[in-house]
Amino acid sequence: MRKYGKFAALIAIVIGTLVWLAMAGTESKTYYKTISELGQMGDKAYGQRIRVGGDVAVGSIQRSGHEVLFVLSQDNLKLKVAYAGIDPLPDTFKDGAQALADGRLDRNGVFHATKIQAKCASKYEAKPGQLAPGQAAPVNNGKRTSI
Amino acid sequence: MENLGSLAILLAFAAAIYAVVASVAGRVKRKPFLIVSGQRAVYSIWVLITLASGILVYSLLTSNFSFAYVAEHSNRDLPVLYKFAAWWGGQEGSLLFWSWLLSTYSAVVVFTNRRKHRDLMPWVVGVLATVQTFFLILNNFIANPFQMLAQEGRVLAADALRDGNGLSPLLQYPAMAIHPPMLYLGYVGFAVPFAFAIGSLITRQPGDAWIHTTRRWTLVTWLFQGTGIILGAAWAYHVLGWGGYWGWDPVENASLLPWLSGTAFIHSVMMQEKKGMMKVWNIVLVSATFFLCILGTFLTRSGVVQSVHAFARSEIGKYFVSFLVLAIAGTIYLILDRLDYLKSESQLESVISRESSFLFNNLILLASCFAVLWGTLFPVISALTTGDQISLDAEWYNRLMVPIGLFLLFLTGVGPLFAWRRTSTESLRRNFQWPGIASVVLVGALIAAGIRNFYALISFGFCLFVALTVIVEFYKGGRSIAAKNNFNLLHAMVELTHRNTRRYGGYLVHMGIVLMFIGFTGHAFNQNEVKELNIGDTMRIGSYELKMTNLEEGDTPNYSSHTATMAVYKNGEYLTTLRPEKRFYKASRQGTSEVGIRQRPNQDLYLNFGGMSDDNQRAVIQAYVFPLVSWIWIGGLVLIGGTLVCLVPSKVKMQYARTEVVGITKKHAIVQK
Repeated sequence: MRKYGKFAALIAIVIGTLVWLAMAGTESKTYYKTISELGQMGDKAYGQRIRVGGDVAVGSIQRSGHEVLFVLSQDNLKLKVAYAGIDPLPDTFKDGAQALADGRLDRNGVFHATKIQAKCASKYEAKPGQLAPGQAAPVNNGKRTSI
Repeated sequence: MENLGSLAILLAFAAAIYAVVASVAGRVKRKPFLIVSGQRAVYSIWVLITLASGILVYSLLTSNFSFAYVAEHSNRDLPVLYKFAAWWGGQEGSLLFWSWLLSTYSAVVVFTNRRKHRDLMPWVVGVLATVQTFFLILNNFIANPFQMLAQEGRVLAADALRDGNGLSPLLQYPAMAIHPPMLYLGYVGFAVPFAFAIGSLITRQPGDAWIHTTRRWTLVTWLFQGTGIILGAAWAYHVLGWGGYWGWDPVENASLLPWLSGTAFIHSVMMQEKKGMMKVWNIVLVSATFFLCILGTFLTRSGVVQSVHAFARSEIGKYFVSFLVLAIAGTIYLILDRLDYLKSESQLESVISRESSFLFNNLILLASCFAVLWGTLFPVISALTTGDQISLDAEWYNRLMVPIGLFLLFLTGVGPLFAWRRTSTESLRRNFQWPGIASVVLVGALIAAGIRNFYALISFGFCLFVALTVIVEFYKGGRSIAAKNNFNLLHAMVELTHRNTRRYGGYLVHMGIVLMFIGFTGHAFNQNEVKELNIGDTMRIGSYELKMTNLEEGDTPNYSSHTATMAVYKNGEYLTTLRPEKRFYKASRQGTSEVGIRQRPNQDLYLNFGGMSDDNQRAVIQAYVFPLVSWIWIGGLVLIGGTLVCLVPSKVKMQYARTEVVGITKKHAIVQK
């Protein structure tokens, strides 16, 4: 049985290493939250990486230098977002678009995003003669976490 | 016409059910006419689905916007190629495409095996037709491609709409027109070895007839899958404009999963062919691969895990989950019930042996498969267990997959040179001494040159090691043939490959993997720079100097655009001009990037038009330098070529015959016991 012992030991080492690598570090985890869930999280919301989704409130986009400020809304709830990432914002990011902001919430209730993904909100509607603009796949411009 | 299409898929559904019942009943009751009628049903399914697909494609090509599918996924000004590609551009169409491919494969399988495997075939037809039935349920009742746009109870005329919504512009790229069909050819193709495995399990066939029959099939499918993945990476690199080729996106992962388990499968079947080992394992692997293909289709189509590719969240998920649960349960039952037919005929003898290297190859591939699956489904798993939907980012995958990949790379080099059963120290020294020394020297030189990235050093070392072992194999074999036949060395190596295509084709595939790893490793040395430029402005990246010489707007019926003309200089010397462009597609109202790339073997210069600045005066230019990235595409081509070599029949059968005879004697000995 000694050789099986060797195999078992090797296999255990390989799997153990992988599990260890998989568990190490919580930095890779991002929580998906809606704006209302974010409100209910209380103190736990600070300092964690969060991805929050909502509609870009119409007329809320302001640019100041390198920073872009806007408001995400979901029903009646609003969340101030400040984006200061390196990438230009995706073309689909505009008033009324659905957007996903990736970042952290600060103590003043402002969400500091490092990544924005956006998607046209308009849905396909079949009305003769006046087609609504296409429902679109979210565009990848905001994405940079490549290999 | 839409009624004809709907009728065709409805009839195909009925025919698929008939094929299952007739084949199985015919086999159980031993009624040949039922079996034959089941096979005819398979052909008729193909005719019916081809008809339905033809109608859909015709409507796309003629822009018949009374079809909801056409209105949603095409527009008048779309180039013809992409009108055709819209067949698989949306949910309903792509599921119809799946069905059509499966029916084509089934018809080919039935035709090529019409005089073979009389015991097995009815079950194979039964399994394939069952899968077909499932997809036809989706085609007919869940995602019918023949839904019409109607108003006040009447179907709209074909020209009632001014224009359609258009195909997603991201898909309007030649590689993207063939990337999905390639992946689908792979996804669907694994159904065939799966069906043979199940058939052989049900009929309690001893031996490995199913493996011999499906070896080529599996390889071709694996090739399609691999080509699809590489094309997808190339598409991401050339089109998405974020400068990467792989983002661990759920849908990318979904295509990688069956490829990983399929890779494990094509290695472990060798163990069964040569040594009669790992029989249960092979059935498990081929089943897992097929289920991962279904899961992949499901992930792509349902949007269960949020992804840039999953176009729509839909109800389709629960059908996929039910099908998967039933199929997995059935397979597990069959395997457990027939375990005694799958007894291994030999044992592992030594840690340093070919058997052991296959074992670790499988362990690692499966572990990586599991890791990717875990990461992909983590939002779902975490939502179910903790209530929080948590996603894992690319760093998590890289942390796991980089060491896994390097270990696999290492096995690629040593595995094929280990002897069966056990390897002597003498042969280890002979095979690995010089490649080992050369790699250590290379790593030393790289450290001296200032490279400190740990993984990059390991990777380059292993790459050289594996490449040398492969080259030495070709050289040694080639030299002895050259000496015997008076060939020159190159001719002798071709002859060598032709004599044993499986072995030397396999080496070529390994070489392709090495080249791809060289390309992956380049990632450690990427550089990037972003700047807002006006005409006449310059920027620097790496050793390049970029000067914007023009900035213009353009307009075509399909899209409008901004284009920057960038002159590239190196050390004051003019090299080339690149024209990154931003397009805005009118029908779908989406933007895309047309990047400018200067591709060279040592590094790519990659320019993306990020957009216009806030005051609309300057262009935001993102510049990247990607070292060695071309080797990924070169390696991909070598991999494809090597797989094709594996598919060529060997000129000399003797070598196989000898190994096989040994195997058979051994089998007899065990049977007699």
